[in-house]
Amino acid sequence: MAADTVDAAHDHRPSIWDWKRWLYSTNHKDIGTMYIVFAIIAGVIGGAMSGVIRWELAEPGIQILHGLPWVDQTDPDAAKHAYNVLVTMHGLIMIFFMVMPAMIGGFGNWFVPLMIGAPDMAFPRMNNISFWLLPASFGLALISMFVPGNGTYPGFGGGWTLYPPLSTSDLHHGGASMDLLILSLHIAGASSILGAINFITTIFNMRAPGMTLHRMPLFVWSILVTVFLLLLALPVLAGALTMLLTDRNFGTQFFNPAGGGDPVMYQHLFWFFGHPEVYILILPGFGMISQIVSTFSRKPVFGYLGMAYAMVSIGFIGFIVWAHHMYTVGMGFDLEAYFIAATMIIAVPTGIKIFSWIATMWGGSMTFAVPMQWALGFIFLFTIGGVTGVVLANSGIDTAMHDTYYVVAHFHYVLSMGAVFTIFAGFYYWIPKMSGYRYNSFLGTLHFWVTFIGVNLIFFPQHFLGLQGMPRRHVDYAEGLAYWNHISTLGYWIAAVGVGIFMLVLIDLFAVKRRAGANPWGEGATTLEWTLSSPPPFHQFAELPVIKPDAHH
Amino acid sequence: MVMSAAAPAFAGQPTDGAINFQAPATGSMRQIVDFHNFILPIIVVITLLVLALLAWVMIRYNRWTNPTPRKFTHNTLVEVIWTVVPVLILVVIAIRSFPILHAQERAPPAAVTIKVTASSWAWAYEYQDLGVTVNSNLLPEDQAVAQQRPYLLAVDNPIYVPVGENVQVLISSNDVIHSWTVPAFGVKQDAIQGRTNVGWFNVERAGTYYGQCSELCGINHAYMPIEVRAVPRAEFERWIVEQGGSLEPPAEAAAETAPAAAPAEAAPADAAPAQP
Repeated sequence: MAADTVDAAHDHRPSIWDWKRWLYSTNHKDIGTMYIVFAIIAGVIGGAMSGVIRWELAEPGIQILHGLPWVDQTDPDAAKHAYNVLVTMHGLIMIFFMVMPAMIGGFGNWFVPLMIGAPDMAFPRMNNISFWLLPASFGLALISMFVPGNGTYPGFGGGWTLYPPLSTSDLHHGGASMDLLILSLHIAGASSILGAINFITTIFNMRAPGMTLHRMPLFVWSILVTVFLLLLALPVLAGALTMLLTDRNFGTQFFNPAGGGDPVMYQHLFWFFGHPEVYILILPGFGMISQIVSTFSRKPVFGYLGMAYAMVSIGFIGFIVWAHHMYTVGMGFDLEAYFIAATMIIAVPTGIKIFSWIATMWGGSMTFAVPMQWALGFIFLFTIGGVTGVVLANSGIDTAMHDTYYVVAHFHYVLSMGAVFTIFAGFYYWIPKMSGYRYNSFLGTLHFWVTFIGVNLIFFPQHFLGLQGMPRRHVDYAEGLAYWNHISTLGYWIAAVGVGIFMLVLIDLFAVKRRAGANPWGEGATTLEWTLSSPPPFHQFAELPVIKPDAHH
Repeated sequence: MVMSAAAPAFAGQPTDGAINFQAPATGSMRQIVDFHNFILPIIVVITLLVLALLAWVMIRYNRWTNPTPRKFTHNTLVEVIWTVVPVLILVVIAIRSFPILHAQERAPPAAVTIKVTASSWAWAYEYQDLGVTVNSNLLPEDQAVAQQRPYLLAVDNPIYVPVGENVQVLISSNDVIHSWTVPAFGVKQDAIQGRTNVGWFNVERAGTYYGQCSELCGINHAYMPIEVRAVPRAEFERWIVEQGGSLEPPAEAAAETAPAAAPAEAAPADAAPAQP
């Protein structure tokens, strides 16, 4: 048809080699792509750091860190500090520069406008600055590793939680490293707040005719809840960070008991941000899993409203449970009892989600494409991370587990296997739409199984180490903890092979160029993005789609 | 410092390849282990249930066994079940959980009180009523090997406590936050500048118990261990005297401390009435 050729000619898609296309981009799909590429790069850097950590912990003693080029080989303290820096930066990078950009900036930017039938985000230029603040922020974080932090030792080694007095004490972190890190996190926070404003405006104002809130795909619901959490939680982090900054540089005493301040107050402020933050990291994943499970079961999502409002209630309860990260600070019985009760309640909406996914598959006609493999793996592994969370919610037993490897195992089951598995599920689900090409199914399946075995081997034994009492963030450990640490490190090498296979998937995808077509997943894929070509036109929905009341979610 | 006696035979420390808690040495830790033994089967059954349901839908409802998908999206009964049953399970867990917290938080009257002060990176212990001060540092690797004691767990000057008596620890810090932890005792309390946290334990079995700092505190976080030797009262008193301390209570406090010091009065930890 003539109209089609005219449309194509007016697509205005610039060359991918045109730097202005990316630097000046106001296109939600290009910005989404940049977020995903950024997340992959940050993920490889953060993953390499965890590799050094696990390599060091393979045997008792300090063997590996002396070999780092910037670590003084003759000074054992330099290696110990380098370990603390790696632990700190691994956490910050994976949270702020890998999971959040991939889920919210990447998949959120790409698919929220497509799924609600909008031509773009509400504020395209703000979208641009949201993205470009992140490389600046990441750059500052990386630079902070190489400027004096603790005396002459480079980098900040106080953990991703940045607790004072460790982060404010001249004796421990007098150098500029911590100040750079504060600036980095301020910028990352500003980036996320701008993004959150953009998503809220887009979702509330730019839905296609007939797309009521209760007809939105669950992925859009998950992003909506997530960005509200961002908008409410990040200013609290910004306040706490600013107080750290002025305590360090301008003589304030917010967190210094000698001046009437309170270091525990910082922990309350940090975790008032920090706990919603962990839901920020997983909620978009919940949304993706709902889309994927429905698509590959060829069946609408079970209990749509329950699923949407389970996410809303998880988001709400997420704001009133923060002190379960602080059971050992000496809160007293009443406060701890409250936080036990509030925390355990979260298991209820989370359980509703798990069972609703299974009910979606029940009676369906499932196929096991790569995205579905990751989704099924997620449901099982997230359940393991969830039930250990119920254990940890109980302050009495947390006394024995707090700050041990049991906690490390728990949050890696919900994040490194929960959030990351959903990111891979979403990646395999949408890469045909985003690139226009199908992935190699064999490599994708291999990637799933190698990663599945690897990460379980890393983290399952860490429950045992935690029960035996091995504390977190220890560069060295007693002989009695050697066996499971060794197994855990073996698991890392397997998971690292998985990352290599993922790189092969990417190379194969763009080298072989198998055409995907508009909808590679068939009748189960009912959301609006599958009505467009793959990749979608540079500007879509010039004519708004109309959503009928009986449309599936 | 001269050791008053050989280290007790039993050692509370990690065992290579073990998959569960260290053997509990106090009533508090036994409560924790009991709670874990109660909750572990629950979470294992829940996980296996999810796994079984996943396996069933994968086998029964795939493209080959069920070519035509059904289209239902609601079933009020199962939705009510999977909301109410988890609530009931959580209530049962909470009923078992709160008493443990209560017992940990309400320290009974103590026979021995130790003021624990953390600094980067060592522990200082003060038996204020007995006039004894002990500074505990990491036992260097060569000495640990020579003495066949566990490196990273053993200290140069361990502290002694009497078996079967309530010991109260008042924990604070001189600089950054540390955390005083002995896994076999079920005790973990943060040491925070400007505040004093209270922990307590009543060791049931003579032995040497090890712990490590459990809050990231800088470069030597992994190198400030805790070593507590639980010994019979007579040996504890000998050690106190050896350290230059005195067992004579100050005159005005005599009436208060005397009954608590008598072994017959020392109730088992979890039988002690919970009094602040």
